[in-house]
Amino acid sequence: MTSFNEFVIRFANVNGSGSASANGMFAKALFRMGIPVTTRNIFPSNIQGLPTWFEVRASAREYFGRRDKVDIMVAMNAETYKEDVDRLESGGYLIYDSTRGRPRELNRDDVHEIGIPITKLILSEFSDPKQRQLFKNIVYVGALSALLNMEFDVLTSMVASQYRGKDKLIQPNIRALELGRNYALKYLRCPMEVQVKSDDLIGDRILVDGNEAAALGAIYGGATLCAWYPITPSTSVADAFEKHASRLRVDPNTKKKNFAIIQAEDELSAIGMVIGAGWNGARAFTATSGPGISLMNEFLGLAYFAEVPAVVFDVQRAGPSTGMPTRTQQSDILSVAFASHGDTKHPILLPATPKECFDFAADAFDLAERIQSPVIVMTDLELGMNQTLSDPFQWDDARQFDRGKVLDFEDLEQIERYGRYVDVDGDGIGYRTLPGTHPTKGSFFTRGSSRNEWAVYTEDAQSYIHNMDRLNKKWETIRSLMPQSDVEHRNGRAGIIYYGTTATPMNESIGLLDENGITLNSMRIRSYPFGPEVVEFIDAHEKIFLVEQNRDAQMKSLLSFDLGVDPKKFVSILYYGGFSISADYIVDRVTEHYIVNKLPRLREVES
Amino acid sequence: MTFVPKPAARHPLLKTNEIGLTRRDYEAIVSTLCAGCGHDSVSAAVIQACHELSIPPHQFAKVSGIGCSSKTPSYFLGNAHGFNSVHGRMPSIATGAYLANKELKYIGISGDGDSASIGLGQFAHIIRRKVDMCYIVDNNGTYGLTKGQFSATNDRGSTSKRGVPNLYAPIDLVSLAIQLGASFVARSFSGDKQQLIPLIKAAVLHKGFAFIDVISPCVMFNNHEGSTKSYSHVRNHTEPVVDANLIMPRDEIAVEYEEGTTISVPMHDGSELHLRKLSDSYEPNDRVSALTYVQKAQEEGEIVTGLLFLEEDAVDCHDILGTTDTPFNGLAQESLCPGAEKLEQINDSLR
Repeated sequence: MTSFNEFVIRFANVNGSGSASANGMFAKALFRMGIPVTTRNIFPSNIQGLPTWFEVRASAREYFGRRDKVDIMVAMNAETYKEDVDRLESGGYLIYDSTRGRPRELNRDDVHEIGIPITKLILSEFSDPKQRQLFKNIVYVGALSALLNMEFDVLTSMVASQYRGKDKLIQPNIRALELGRNYALKYLRCPMEVQVKSDDLIGDRILVDGNEAAALGAIYGGATLCAWYPITPSTSVADAFEKHASRLRVDPNTKKKNFAIIQAEDELSAIGMVIGAGWNGARAFTATSGPGISLMNEFLGLAYFAEVPAVVFDVQRAGPSTGMPTRTQQSDILSVAFASHGDTKHPILLPATPKECFDFAADAFDLAERIQSPVIVMTDLELGMNQTLSDPFQWDDARQFDRGKVLDFEDLEQIERYGRYVDVDGDGIGYRTLPGTHPTKGSFFTRGSSRNEWAVYTEDAQSYIHNMDRLNKKWETIRSLMPQSDVEHRNGRAGIIYYGTTATPMNESIGLLDENGITLNSMRIRSYPFGPEVVEFIDAHEKIFLVEQNRDAQMKSLLSFDLGVDPKKFVSILYYGGFSISADYIVDRVTEHYIVNKLPRLREVES
Repeated sequence: MTFVPKPAARHPLLKTNEIGLTRRDYEAIVSTLCAGCGHDSVSAAVIQACHELSIPPHQFAKVSGIGCSSKTPSYFLGNAHGFNSVHGRMPSIATGAYLANKELKYIGISGDGDSASIGLGQFAHIIRRKVDMCYIVDNNGTYGLTKGQFSATNDRGSTSKRGVPNLYAPIDLVSLAIQLGASFVARSFSGDKQQLIPLIKAAVLHKGFAFIDVISPCVMFNNHEGSTKSYSHVRNHTEPVVDANLIMPRDEIAVEYEEGTTISVPMHDGSELHLRKLSDSYEPNDRVSALTYVQKAQEEGEIVTGLLFLEEDAVDCHDILGTTDTPFNGLAQESLCPGAEKLEQINDSLR
């Protein structure tokens, strides 16, 4: 049976072989044909020579989660060949380079094997060794265009636009595409039963990764300083900030920049610069991952107590040291929420899509200045580094930056005695002054917690308690400012809570479970501290699945800490293998829970 | 601690500077350091220098790390904002603050534990980045607040109060600063006001990273026989190299100097720095010979004081980064947010 626009294709390559641009072009071609797509790059912490995979999921139903099995495998890496063949769904398609023989014992009877003599085709056409390597990738894209019945024009026009200005590269690339396509048309059964056809399902949406979206959000949010230290998977936030700011933030006449990027000597220095700039009234951010958060702990605590705005992007990965730096997880939740020592807590924003990365990034700068505290935007490698279909970015030109409570010269003139930490408005947030504002009023000495509300040094117990209690009052103000969770009621008896990139497979999971008679209401948490809607959702359900991509159910702890919820209320579904959680995994765990506990499913109850 | 606000009343004889402020306008709360602490002399020198420069106190920003030295910004320039940050990380705070507003004068106060041990990395990198500031290390070779452990600037063989000798070679911050590219490097002694005040004035006016290592004896833990950072040791082993005397352009008085032994160095603001050479062979403009000179003296057990290295026309980190003339913290939203139309173009490029 022929299927259209509904498949997962995986390219198995060797990193450093130039496959990324060919694979990206394939994905973009589907997108331009109006087919919803998402991409997933599975790569090692290495520059050249190790296995790497690139997955494209096309889905008219917009099921974008990772799937354990794939429909089409382009097996270009001999080293992983066995693993790659095993990963195919029964009835799937194995595309391989048939120039040399393959081990017969690895054949599968239940898949279609499609051999293309890619190396041979290249050898007869190109003489330059570099081109011979690079164009192997282009040849299989050309063959796929025939096998999947893609519009060839879309590919050739993409080559033309991609190499505009380097025109002599256009013709050889198109030639390589044709080599693969013509071979397939002449010798293979084209098209396969898995096919694409042009559609109009994209609308005005865009294809972008979360890190680029966050960087753009930082530019729109008015960030002037990006201080950072290179670390996968967050590096491309700083790269994208530089790329876009160099275009958007340079004075056309003077060529001078309205931004600065400092590659710091380490993450301690990066966050120090952000705090120094925030203290002095400029919007600043850093982008990092778990190891960087660990190093930033002391400074984050100081910013909490000294009440200095700062924005941090934590693009999460797994483990310390060399531990899976190129794998995705949600395992920094607790270390971020409580970063530092001495009763600290930090608000967190949890975007799930590139659009939300943009919005939350811009919002984070307003929020940080409003609440005079660090705000941490937590994404992960899955969202940060993979291009996915997203609503377009939007900006309302009427929107004004919220610079929070800052007193200027005139304000200070009106005040008899200024106190930095006096809770004038009863919301737990005092008024800041910036250095250099007034000759005789408003200056204070910024330090940690050993001071009274007038910013005068003291180790007096009452002053300390007073300050800590005011910070808790501020925490409640913060709660009221955080974006609300996304709640969807489907008349289910049980609920499912998730956050961040677990959203990607969630619509598929909920759909599949519903087909199995398990209907779940859902809530996607978008921020911490949690709003009243979170309490309401938890109270309204007897059984709640809580899906996380970490081992220790960190969000469960946080819900208990912040809301006093009984942790026994949650059934945790935890995945921590380093790949993004799949719909199958969620469906299997929920179903298993129903079976093991002999719970009635909704449909069984009704009938 | 004691917090004693001073009466605002001014003595009619208190000398005012060119902007009509008295020395008291540059003071702050009373120090809580031990009586006789060298650091208090440094604070007094900062007060005197800033007063003599006639820069309004609130146009300074004070930054520090952790330690006795880092407490001292509370004790000078009370009308300026200050930031007592975390141990060894003042350089990053200073860098961020300077990037946010290049129009203020930045004074960083650190200690030998703060800059030579826990913060050595940040010390090195702020020099590379050429942050325009005056960075003073109150160097006493000891950890005072934690009761007298050796710091990394302590000389090998120097003994602690209990007579235990230090086993490790010292880190010389002056040599490091010269080698890493600081454009103004000086060393002085907290007890030598005559030398220290002009050096601070020159460092504040210098465009680029100005470093002053001030040997500042710790009266509690490092002022005994056997210590190489005690008052008596330093006074007996000091070799002044260059006396700095700063002349503001609006002053008409010329300095006293002998033909052939004085060099004039123009400062970025138009003022001139007149250097009197006490040592015939000394050239403050050559990085390599400065480094050799300092290290040779060190081998001979002498502490060279004075302005040891000066690079004229130094660039600072805003020059390197090519940033706009308006301080970042003064940029309006229109200069920062590209607007909806540009965003629509970006969306298009992602389709």
